[in-house]
Amino acid sequence: MSIVSRGFHGRREPAAADLPPGQYLTRDFPVLQAGPTPRVDLDTWQFTISNEAGAKYTWSWRELLALPSEKTTTDIHCVTRWSKLGTTWQGVSLDTLFADVETAADHALVHSYGGYTTNLPLEDLLDGKAWIAYRFEGEDLTPDHGGPARLLVPHLYFWKSAKWVTRIDLLNDDEPGFWEQLGYHNYGDPWREQRYTDD
Amino acid sequence: MTETVVRRRTPWLAATVHSVRSETAVARTIVLDVPGWPGHVAGQHADVKLTAPDGYSAQRSYSLAAPADGERIELTVQLVEDGEVSPYLVDELLPTDQLEVRGPIGGWFTWHATEPGPVLLVAGGSGIVPLMAMVRERARAGSTAPFALVYSTRGPADAFYADELAAADIATTMVYTRTATDTRPAGRITAADLPDAAGARVYVCGPTGFVETVSDLLLAHGHDAANIRTERFGPSGG
Repeated sequence: MSIVSRGFHGRREPAAADLPPGQYLTRDFPVLQAGPTPRVDLDTWQFTISNEAGAKYTWSWRELLALPSEKTTTDIHCVTRWSKLGTTWQGVSLDTLFADVETAADHALVHSYGGYTTNLPLEDLLDGKAWIAYRFEGEDLTPDHGGPARLLVPHLYFWKSAKWVTRIDLLNDDEPGFWEQLGYHNYGDPWREQRYTDD
Repeated sequence: MTETVVRRRTPWLAATVHSVRSETAVARTIVLDVPGWPGHVAGQHADVKLTAPDGYSAQRSYSLAAPADGERIELTVQLVEDGEVSPYLVDELLPTDQLEVRGPIGGWFTWHATEPGPVLLVAGGSGIVPLMAMVRERARAGSTAPFALVYSTRGPADAFYADELAAADIATTMVYTRTATDTRPAGRITAADLPDAAGARVYVCGPTGFVETVSDLLLAHGHDAANIRTERFGPSGG
């Protein structure tokens, strides 16, 4: 039984019913990151998938933009408790990028320009669940929100949607990423409120 | 040898308000007694949960403002206009009231008193709170790590912990965005406000635009991105 705080009634956003437990609605787009914003030159930008045998599949910025893109409208949930509903993104489905990748690995470790990493099961990147996104609300993705391109995996807490993404390593064994080594949950399902290790 | 790591889910703990004190017209420090609090590192934060009589609850994260004093912790909370939780914490909460806390949270934006420094702290507005925990931890531990603090607020009346900072044995530079002083015109932080602090670990905390500006200034000055740790907040619905 929770402790009741005297005189607290709360605001009770009408949309709260659509929110995962412990989240609140924001209409802003807060920025959270551990260090300075990397500025990535599109002429040298690369995205690479590296399989468990070390084979590399690489796209330049021009090649990425030449792939079929999808628009998706989705809710996003940050572990710091804000949720934003109905955000619209454009990017390339990971299914498209993985079409020719040979792998039997179960795990992915995502790397960003600037050194950030995050891990997730490979199956969470496939079957229409994840994108390399480069447009947000109809505009090019700005550097503070992860531009030129970020991973978008909206069914997990948003730290899994790595900004400034540049590489996905496929691994036979799970390897925790940056926040996952610092006390945050290894999987991060907002609907099961998996915020911190062992939640 | 097999090492057995025993970890438990970080629990929600009942907290009782020991005391409150105003920091500015719109911010106050809440001192909580939390039986079972496991201790924390300077720079970490805590989750706060408020529950209404019908079971509705709301949660937010707040930075811990001071090292733990046994099972007693301090949060400093600034009012967010139209917020749901901060108006209650800043304007309504009284000693002996109860709420729940969980933590500590966060393992990156932290400073341990065993680290020799130098350290540069750069705060914008209520971003001072986790940095103040580092200043206080340094004093508590008797550390002689060289510390410098640059603290930007609108004016003198908006600064938290002013007397304590003035008395602390660290180099503090105040930057007022709306108030001119004898030595500085009013205005946003510039390169001239930042000390050289070559090789320092730098902690920057404040609103997104402030952190972005300061990070760019630091990189332009030659600081290594790997030595710059940032924490940003809002504007969000706090």
